[in-house]
Amino acid sequence: MAKWKTLAAAAGVLILGAVPALGREDPGPATYKQALDGKTVILIPMAMGEDLAQGWAHYIGTAVKEAGGKFEVRDPNWNTEAGAQAITDAIGSKPAAIVVQTPDLQSYSKLYKRAQQAGIFVIQVDNPSNYASDAFVGSNWETLGELEAKAVIAGCGPNSSKKIGLIQGDQVNASSLDQYKGVQNVLKDHPDFQVVAAPDSNWDATTARNVAATLIQQHPDVCGIVDFWDQTAQGTAAAIRAAGKTGKIFLATTGGGEAADCKLLESDTIDALVATDVPNQSRDVSTLIKFLLQSGLKPGDAKTWLYTPEKITTKTDLKPGTCWSIEDNKAAEAAAAK
Amino acid sequence: MPSGGSLTQDPCMNIRSHIRQETVVLLLAVAIFIASSIFLNGFIEASNIVTLVRGVALLGILAIGMGIVVIGRGIDLSVVSILAISVACMLQLLNMSYSLPSALAITLAGVIVMGGINGFLVAYAEVPAIFATLASGTFVYGIGRSQWLSGDVVYMPDNQTGFMAMGELKFLGIPAEIYFFLGIGFIAFLALRFTRLGRFIYFMGDNFTAARNMGIPVRPVIVLQYIVSALMAFVAGVIMAASLHSMNTRIVNSTLLYDIILVVVIGGIGLSGGKGGIRNVIVGTLLIGILLNAMTILDIPDLYQKLIKASFLLVALIADGFINPRDEQTDQAGDI
Repeated sequence: MAKWKTLAAAAGVLILGAVPALGREDPGPATYKQALDGKTVILIPMAMGEDLAQGWAHYIGTAVKEAGGKFEVRDPNWNTEAGAQAITDAIGSKPAAIVVQTPDLQSYSKLYKRAQQAGIFVIQVDNPSNYASDAFVGSNWETLGELEAKAVIAGCGPNSSKKIGLIQGDQVNASSLDQYKGVQNVLKDHPDFQVVAAPDSNWDATTARNVAATLIQQHPDVCGIVDFWDQTAQGTAAAIRAAGKTGKIFLATTGGGEAADCKLLESDTIDALVATDVPNQSRDVSTLIKFLLQSGLKPGDAKTWLYTPEKITTKTDLKPGTCWSIEDNKAAEAAAAK
Repeated sequence: MPSGGSLTQDPCMNIRSHIRQETVVLLLAVAIFIASSIFLNGFIEASNIVTLVRGVALLGILAIGMGIVVIGRGIDLSVVSILAISVACMLQLLNMSYSLPSALAITLAGVIVMGGINGFLVAYAEVPAIFATLASGTFVYGIGRSQWLSGDVVYMPDNQTGFMAMGELKFLGIPAEIYFFLGIGFIAFLALRFTRLGRFIYFMGDNFTAARNMGIPVRPVIVLQYIVSALMAFVAGVIMAASLHSMNTRIVNSTLLYDIILVVVIGGIGLSGGKGGIRNVIVGTLLIGILLNAMTILDIPDLYQKLIKASFLLVALIADGFINPRDEQTDQAGDI
């Protein structure tokens, strides 16, 4: 009889196992909750004044809090040393993970290693660095440059002067150097297109305006300009307006895809935008945090790179929701706090 | 009150020497101009000259304000912060549906108060200008960004079409910015050269103790100088916003402040005060404008542009040291 009983029990277990029935113990929700419960994630962008940082803080913050974690933000306000201090402080307070926007290739590499040794997962966003931490999530800046070049080549058209200008950021940041490389990659396939000048804006809109004015003055037949950042594109656009070339010079740029960017497209200030998909990029980051904390991996065990898919947006593509909005996010946060 | 005789007697006893530095810079500017005209395609075209001057008009306006302060032996390191925060706040008010006149009036009042605080700190609290304005600039930026503004960039609202059109305004094919620069320069020239107040500033820069002993109201004049400097920053900021349709407060982190001081010093207004005038600012501005334009046409990367600009500043400072050597007579307390 005992044998039959065991068999029946075994069959019961089999059946129960095969068909998720009532009363089954699912480890999922508990594991999910445990992974982040009471743990802290700290975001350290280059500056909170930046649209990207506002977006990350909202989307990653919401996801972390929803999973039971605590979310904090440090604002180095464009100061690399202040950022290093924020990472050092974070190492002391032992959060579960830090999400850092690296300012350059080198500065934070040693700190990342120390954070990992202290048991903190390090996720780098947006700007690549020389140190491969647990994960990098961001744009492939070379792809961005390729898309901008493609947009300008299409905007100029086959019957244009085929002369284009570049307003670069600087000669130091990977984001600028990689965009330049991307533009060159595309131009290899379009040998009839020619870069007539490629001055630096040093990421300043007024400088961008002045160098773009000189560029247009020197090459009045230029048919398109790639500006490496939406903030400086404001200056380049001012130079195009002042030269009376609106509609004659196609301006492509890259940005965070915030509502202000869509406004620039709407007002014909810029003609094409290669935007960072901040909501989905943030989702990649928060998913990675959730995975790493459930996986049993230790900081430094694995390395992951996730490149955010980018696309070209022009005025004709604009729809409500094409851009995300800091204002809407703030309203959502205020509503959630009630 | 100083007698008429001492008013007409130029405050710069070493007038010959300061003309020498200005002449050096002017000759340098002319030399680069001629070389660029010969070797650079399209440099000499009228439209490029307009582009060149327009490119440095804002810098020139800021340098006029700084020049007035430096002649009175002060320095104002808060101008870029005041420029950025005041105009960003004005745009923010416009975004909150304030009318242009009321937004303008509110920010203008704020700017005058800020300049007044700078002047008060220097004149009455007797804090050295370099520290007072460094601190107040950081304060303005800090309070502006943390309390009043939500992001680095504030955009001009779409309905301000008149304001935006100002950025493209032209008379006889020349952008309004250039008229502003020359107009403000001319007014400042008249004020410094022909008004009692202007002469007071020279006296104070040349010998502060003597100026006070002879009965010049030195403290109110100092306050006024910093208010003028803050107003220049605001005017430059408004012109900038009209052209760019936005204000990016990140400009505070740029090298603009050093460029302003560069223009003042390179033009030959000695940092020890009492020397030079608006003509020096114009010469300094044009030299920088010609340099920047030529380097941009040559597509010289930004890092090298900085190097070249810095080399010119060093040469100007060394030349200033040779031409106006410091001795027991000229070396005075309060020198920067």
